[in-house]
Amino acid sequence: MATALVSSSRQVGRLTNAARRLYSDVYPKITTHYTIHPRDKDPRWKDVSMERVAEETDILIIGGGPAGMAAAIRARQIAEEKGAELRVTLLEKAAEAGGHILSGACVDPIALNELIPDWKEKGAPLNTEVTSDKFGLLTKSGRIPIPVFAGLPNYNHGNYVVRLGHLVRWMSEQAEAVGAEVWPGCAGAELLFRDDGSLKGVATGDVGISKDGSPKDMFERGMEFHSKITIFAEGCHGHLTKMVSNKFNLREKSEPQSYGIGLKELWEVKPENHKPGLVEHTIGWPLDKNTYGGSFIYHLKVEEGEAPLVAVGFVVGLDYANPYISPFREFQKFKTHPYVKPMFEGGTRIAYGARALVEGGWQCLPVPVFPGGCLAGDTAGFLNVPRIKGTHNAMKSGMLAAETAVDMVLSGVATHETGATPTAYEDKLKESYVYKELKQVRNCRPSFHTSLGLYGGVAYSAFSTLVRGKEPWTLSHGGADHARLKPSKACQPIEYPKPDGVLTFDLLSSVALTGTNHEADQPAHLTLKDDSVPVKRNLAEFDGPEARFCPAGVYEFVPMETGDGQRLQINAQNCIHCKTCDIKDPSQNINWVVPEGGGGPAYNGM
Amino acid sequence: MSRVLVGVKRVIDYAVKIRVKPDKTGVVTDGVKHSMNPFDEIAVEEAVRMKEKKLASEVIAVSCGPAQAQETLRTALAMGADRAIHVEVAGAEYETMQPLHVAKILAKLSQDEKADIVIVGKQAIDDDSNQTAQMIAALLDWPQGTFASKVEKSDAGLTITREIDGGLEVIKTKLPAVISADLRLNEPRYATLPNIMKAKKKPMKKVSAKDLGVDLSPRIKVVSVVDPPVRQAGSVVPDVDTLVAKLKEGGHV
Repeated sequence: MATALVSSSRQVGRLTNAARRLYSDVYPKITTHYTIHPRDKDPRWKDVSMERVAEETDILIIGGGPAGMAAAIRARQIAEEKGAELRVTLLEKAAEAGGHILSGACVDPIALNELIPDWKEKGAPLNTEVTSDKFGLLTKSGRIPIPVFAGLPNYNHGNYVVRLGHLVRWMSEQAEAVGAEVWPGCAGAELLFRDDGSLKGVATGDVGISKDGSPKDMFERGMEFHSKITIFAEGCHGHLTKMVSNKFNLREKSEPQSYGIGLKELWEVKPENHKPGLVEHTIGWPLDKNTYGGSFIYHLKVEEGEAPLVAVGFVVGLDYANPYISPFREFQKFKTHPYVKPMFEGGTRIAYGARALVEGGWQCLPVPVFPGGCLAGDTAGFLNVPRIKGTHNAMKSGMLAAETAVDMVLSGVATHETGATPTAYEDKLKESYVYKELKQVRNCRPSFHTSLGLYGGVAYSAFSTLVRGKEPWTLSHGGADHARLKPSKACQPIEYPKPDGVLTFDLLSSVALTGTNHEADQPAHLTLKDDSVPVKRNLAEFDGPEARFCPAGVYEFVPMETGDGQRLQINAQNCIHCKTCDIKDPSQNINWVVPEGGGGPAYNGM
Repeated sequence: MSRVLVGVKRVIDYAVKIRVKPDKTGVVTDGVKHSMNPFDEIAVEEAVRMKEKKLASEVIAVSCGPAQAQETLRTALAMGADRAIHVEVAGAEYETMQPLHVAKILAKLSQDEKADIVIVGKQAIDDDSNQTAQMIAALLDWPQGTFASKVEKSDAGLTITREIDGGLEVIKTKLPAVISADLRLNEPRYATLPNIMKAKKKPMKKVSAKDLGVDLSPRIKVVSVVDPPVRQAGSVVPDVDTLVAKLKEGGHV
């Protein structure tokens, strides 16, 4: 009897061991990051001191893009006007200011004119005034021109084509000149809270953690910044913004945010193909009528010692349904169109990059304030889709956030002990052109969601523009981007042309151009809440869309070393911080967290 | 205890794709991400470790270059160097600056600062010259331990393990000496934010090559810079005879 019990328990043991081995063989462990596997329960971290150095600052800004830089400059300007002491600290994860900036970009100078009226004398790199606008609908072999004239949102008279990375670099110099502290190579990683639940500040990331999650010899804790007000300006889909929005329920009354992915290349073109000041957009081919997206082609003025440059890019709405879509390959295919191809004949591609864009607009705006801080720029979602512009709203919101923050700090309302909520910031936004613009164009993007697709959207947008957005209804986007993916069995795979290496390119040589790099021996910052989901669900139901939508080849489904089946390989070093995976994963299993500071792309004027 | 002088160079970051300028006179550097030469990071780390082991009393970081070289020096200070000297060389003079000029500058500074150990990276990843350490030693008539993968204190000097083609060579030198750091010498620490903040307060002196009596006139002229030829696809041949025929065809045998 006893032997029977022992042998049956041994059988059970053998079965559970086999099941565990089978499970871990079929779904190997991938994620080692401490946000998924906490260190306080990890024996390897038992004797490691987790103490952190802390610094106090008055205003802390997370993110050094147009919004963050504008906030830093404005805050210090006001302090100088009032002769007041004010410490303003800005943390930027790129190794150099502008290093992670990517945008078209055609900028409305309205915010810059207010922030630094003498920007021209100070050498701001707004060198290319827009001279003409072109817009067209591409068909498979042709193009139907659509007129652009004053009054339309895409009429760009008075605007500038810029290399936004260079503008941000210039803004960084201006910020330091007025006394703001700018710390590049510093990644904001963790939110700090007071006992009453208000935001106390942000801690920068730890460094020196090995790929398997264990501490290395040169492990060092990040440092804490305790601030009176923290402004989050992380750009589209910021990871700290994601955390703070959840913590304070900022999105309770908002529709789920909607996004696009934008890919961009810089080309040296032959002088006869170069028309400085020309701003061109297309819709239609190669996307079908139900997939939102289009292209931009911006001609920059020739700079000293440089060849004639054209910025060309492609946006695909991340609410696309067909999991076989590869935004990168759509972009490459677009360049082969008979209208587009001649522009780049004899030219050389010199840069590539990609970034998600926020497209939800009015319906998707979160509450932008909470105890201890606020959200500014694209991370809050102020991009105006029909105008295809977000930089001016980002800067203006940064300035309004700074004005509110400085006021609260100098009047003693915001202190290190009290997490005051900057409600005046939301009021100022409502009175400014930021909210007025967004309200006016609120129905354009959602109007593309009917069965009429592209044509319905263009027709409705024309109507809405005519009535200046005064129609008494507000259309809904109809759901989150990640929920729109159809199962692969219900969709047609797409045949993409092979890259020719002259006009169109393969993914990996494109990624090499981004200059992206990360310290190899660190936990992958693309973390999975459940390591089995990519193969169990994403691959099984959607044929692994992450391998298609990532513009940097981070996600690869590769055969297992032993047995059948596949596993997900995460090439974290390739990541260009675009945030598309966190947005579009149909299982919402991928959580992008910030890697060691200084890692990521090394864009030069993108 | 020794005083250590470390030479650091600001170079284009190793992960960035290099682009040749359209006029073929050099590579594009404007707006491109730069960092400290990786071998120089190892040199700084070794110097700082010597100080931590009480083999050195002071670490002085030196860089020759334009204003941005100060950023590289700040990184060295953040890693633990005590003070920095920026030898300002800008514009055309910087474009034509060569290892011999840098060696003369570092040699003069070593004498002025009474350093008894000079340590630099074995080579810079932009020019791959691998000359500066050797030239400094020759100018000062000091012993040199190049391609160092281990440096230990011994009686009256240093025991240096060198990485050479045949394996490892161990040499003993007296002090003062010049060392060039190779990859396996150590793993450099991070320059973390609290240290970067402290580094802003450490002293940084600015001098010119002229102050040091060094003439920066170039002795070498760069004629042109071009991309390497694109690698052609190979072809698989069915047998040895075909291989020999193809080699003869190409004039290789």
